[in-house]
Amino acid sequence: MKSGSRLEKVLTSGQFAVTGECGPPRGADAEEVRKKAGHLKGVVDSVNVTDNQTAVVRMSSTAGCLILLQEGLEPNLQMVVRDRNRIAIQSDILGAYALGIRNMLCLSGDHQRFGDHPSAKNVFDLDSMQLIQTVKKMRDEGKFINDQEIHHPPKMFIGAAVNPFADPADFRAIRMGKKIAAGVDFVQTQCIYNLDRFEKFMQQARDLGLTEKVYILGGVTPMKSVGMANYMKNLVPGMDVPAEVINRLKGVAKKDQASEGIKIAIETIQRLKEMKGIAGVHVMAIEWEERVPEIVEMAGLLPRPQV
Amino acid sequence: MVVAERKPLKELLEMVQPYKKILVAGCKGCVTVCNAGGKKEVEILASELRIARKKEGQEPDIQEITLERQCDPEYINQLEGVIKDREAVLSIACSVGPQYIAGRYMDKMVFPGLNTTFIGGSLEHGVFAEFCQACGACGIHKFGGLCPIARCSKSLLNGPCGGSAKGKCEISKDVDCVWQLIYDRLKGLGQLDRMTQVIPCKDWTTSRDGGPRITIREDLRL
Repeated sequence: MKSGSRLEKVLTSGQFAVTGECGPPRGADAEEVRKKAGHLKGVVDSVNVTDNQTAVVRMSSTAGCLILLQEGLEPNLQMVVRDRNRIAIQSDILGAYALGIRNMLCLSGDHQRFGDHPSAKNVFDLDSMQLIQTVKKMRDEGKFINDQEIHHPPKMFIGAAVNPFADPADFRAIRMGKKIAAGVDFVQTQCIYNLDRFEKFMQQARDLGLTEKVYILGGVTPMKSVGMANYMKNLVPGMDVPAEVINRLKGVAKKDQASEGIKIAIETIQRLKEMKGIAGVHVMAIEWEERVPEIVEMAGLLPRPQV
Repeated sequence: MVVAERKPLKELLEMVQPYKKILVAGCKGCVTVCNAGGKKEVEILASELRIARKKEGQEPDIQEITLERQCDPEYINQLEGVIKDREAVLSIACSVGPQYIAGRYMDKMVFPGLNTTFIGGSLEHGVFAEFCQACGACGIHKFGGLCPIARCSKSLLNGPCGGSAKGKCEISKDVDCVWQLIYDRLKGLGQLDRMTQVIPCKDWTTSRDGGPRITIREDLRL
């Protein structure tokens, strides 16, 4: 075992993993995190806690992770390189491990131009690839970036994000290979709506032998409405929402759009379960955690394995 | 070159408002090339100031000079005669210029007339773009001759990120994704394997992060 995390145990034992996501609040109320945690407990193997996603200030990811731990859930610490240099990054990794966090997702982070503090200075001392290398070096070599020894190295299960729908399309699987070379153990993909295009990405990944080297969790986000689908299609960079998804939501009464969105998500999970090289799903129900239990259950993924 | 653009007249008028005797100082270097602070721009700005002062019922006392360069002590000497009776200097060189003047003339107020924007070049007449962030350790040959530090919004050395779409950056459809350009160029050169190798953490000590920089050329010192 690299980290001994529950997520690692589920994946290495060959069982289909389910991860969830929890966006911390824009305030200091721990109760809000606990409430979200309540919906996910026993339903997912590990919960990503986002790190100031879309560059909007929120409760810190590490604090969110600690609250989840207190609630008996396993967190996955998302960390972006936008806001911290290598000194802060390594310090935060040590601190996270000391608090009992065993999974990390290494990200570059949305540019602050999208967020609520566009006048901020960004950092980008490292990029996401170098963050992966850093966490791996700390774990496997017990050394900091500067080659100095760590007395008690943090042992993290290392994750990264992959967007099969960004450009250049031909480079996406190759770039995933680069993350594997940098030291990643698992990846979670961008929300999948275009399954045909995703299948092509997976074919390329299989041809490159990458599915043997990394656990790939397919990203699934249920649509709440046609409005959300249009927003995702038009305003979220690197998102591929085909017309058929939008038409399906349009085809039902407004009050039924949410359940149609859930249905699409469940069907997506079922297709992903059949796909060679897919090790699990990452269910990102954005501010909709209360619907995750039924999605996971309807997809036939309950109960979660005891490891 | 260093690219700069003029500050709005309103901002400049507010800056120099308390001062009557003003010198507008241009520069024949980079800012002449990017049409922000050369002799012509000095004349235009001086005229604008005079008109504004007249509108306020004041007799304008604005003088003009355009130095060979404002980033060289010997050219700052050209100010000697004209600066004596001036209360304030409005420099429309890049921000190096006003600092040289401020360093030389302790009794004069110095104001920046330009916003120094970046090290770059012109794409077409009247359009300038950033190309370099002066990291002090050029490695663009690893990226098909294009700089991701200056031209990628996140300065990624292992791009493109998941926000690259149709050749554009996630921050704006007006910004090219330099990683798409790097990919296209390396593909054309048959060197895509360069993009499969992980570029490790960069040493930023040669950049501004290492503190203010100084270059000493022993071969040129007197």
